[in-house]
Amino acid sequence: MLDRSDILETLDMIDQQHLDIRTITMGISLRDCAHPSMGRCAEKIYDKICRCAARLVETGRAIESEYGIPIVNKRISVTPIALVAESCEGGNPAALARAMDRAARTCGVNFIGGFSALVHKGATPGDARLLDAIPEALSETELVCSSVNVATTRAGVNMDAVARMGRVIKETAALTADRDGLGCAKLVVFANAVEDNPFMAGAFHGVGEPDCVINVGVSGPGVVCHALKSVRGAPFDLVAETVKRTAFRVTRMGQMVARAASERLGVPFGVVDLSLAPTPAVGDSVARILEEMGLETCGTHGTTAALALLNDAVKKGGVMASSHVGGLSGAFIPVSEDEGMIAAAEQGTLTLDKLEAMTCVCSVGLDMIAVPGDTSAETISAIIADEAAIGVVNSKTTAVRLIPVPGKQVGDRVEFGGLLGSAPVMPVHPESAAQFIARGGRIPAPMQSLKN
Amino acid sequence: MRAVMTVIGPDRVGIIAGVSALLAEKHVNILDLNQTIMGGIFTMVMLLDTATANCPFEELRAAFADFEHVSGLSVRIQREDTFAAMHRI
Repeated sequence: MLDRSDILETLDMIDQQHLDIRTITMGISLRDCAHPSMGRCAEKIYDKICRCAARLVETGRAIESEYGIPIVNKRISVTPIALVAESCEGGNPAALARAMDRAARTCGVNFIGGFSALVHKGATPGDARLLDAIPEALSETELVCSSVNVATTRAGVNMDAVARMGRVIKETAALTADRDGLGCAKLVVFANAVEDNPFMAGAFHGVGEPDCVINVGVSGPGVVCHALKSVRGAPFDLVAETVKRTAFRVTRMGQMVARAASERLGVPFGVVDLSLAPTPAVGDSVARILEEMGLETCGTHGTTAALALLNDAVKKGGVMASSHVGGLSGAFIPVSEDEGMIAAAEQGTLTLDKLEAMTCVCSVGLDMIAVPGDTSAETISAIIADEAAIGVVNSKTTAVRLIPVPGKQVGDRVEFGGLLGSAPVMPVHPESAAQFIARGGRIPAPMQSLKN
Repeated sequence: MRAVMTVIGPDRVGIIAGVSALLAEKHVNILDLNQTIMGGIFTMVMLLDTATANCPFEELRAAFADFEHVSGLSVRIQREDTFAAMHRI
């Protein structure tokens, strides 16, 4: 029989330290749903999603019950809709977002991602139509998430798309002003977007993926933080080892759930994304892990180094625990979704500039950050350009999910509710970048050698 | 299917009797049992064979959720695989 202390330790992780599977995400290809008629395309999208994901939620619940491990979200990601809608003759792609929303409700999932376009080198007419439709799509649907890839290491940064996304974000905020710009919480601008990410709002089903696939995202900042309490004051070698051991266990749990879901649904297993995804709950924070390493407040000097260690150790511990690791895999730093980050930002220690530095060493980017409602589109674009540059030069995924909250100023607080949490409105630099953004064009792809 | 059941709570007379009576009623066989008092707290870990149960797993789980409510003990039942995945390579 298993060791009693191991069993009790596992139960303690689940009951006290918020260990959970953050998401089972079913990736569904919609490439066979293209049709010249937008209406028919929407019907085909609805039918295919409902057909593939009919048993997703019920299967997730059964696994949750039998294995005794919470599975917080069941989600769907689909082929970037810009590709599916490219051959539609006329019509507004927002109709497809509504079809996705209806399908997600029918299946009972928490979110559906993939109202997306990949425009890192340029936009087709279909891409342009989709970008134009994003504000409407996000304001009229509840469960649909959108993402746009504006840069890659091989293609450089598409500054025309960067400029456009600044305006799209502002327009989305305006159309959802009655909900504090909530639409922007469902919109991510990527550099080097990954094709198998199970986490929202950035999930989409890449073109290199099979027809249908199961990806699982694990979590567990609380478990890591708890483990680090046992090595207080010890050298970093031991800190890294402790994080690795913990990440290994958490990922094993993810691998087990992914295998079970894949077998029961008769759908191939894709990847386990071994990310530390925080929630607004106390004891489920990435910021508190960094503070446990010896920082008074997250955001102070030393934070970037602490996050670098954490991000690397999570990957090292996780890779051996799963047959296929993918997605974003690392530590997330979404401000509004992390109780410790919220506290550090409210205190003024955690600033946008420090967060930007942190994104150089963590798995994603500037995530769930509320900024003043009067922040200009050009400033938002400039923030996106900075983030994209970091991703492109360092060959990593970076992303921007900013919410310019209509009518709110620095010092105000915004409540998004649920896992999206709440956030203080953080200051941006008032100096203009308008002329910089107005140039347009592309920033060329960076050198891949002579790396200094 | 093999499942692990843990029962934790303040010690008193009849905890094992209550748990095993309910298991017998559901036709679940006990394969192994490990019980101790840790710091005054009754702690029991059981390995069960639920293959012979006369009800679906979900119903068994619900029965023990009710038992948990009435007895004031913390009762968890889940597949053995959960622990094996985490603690065995």
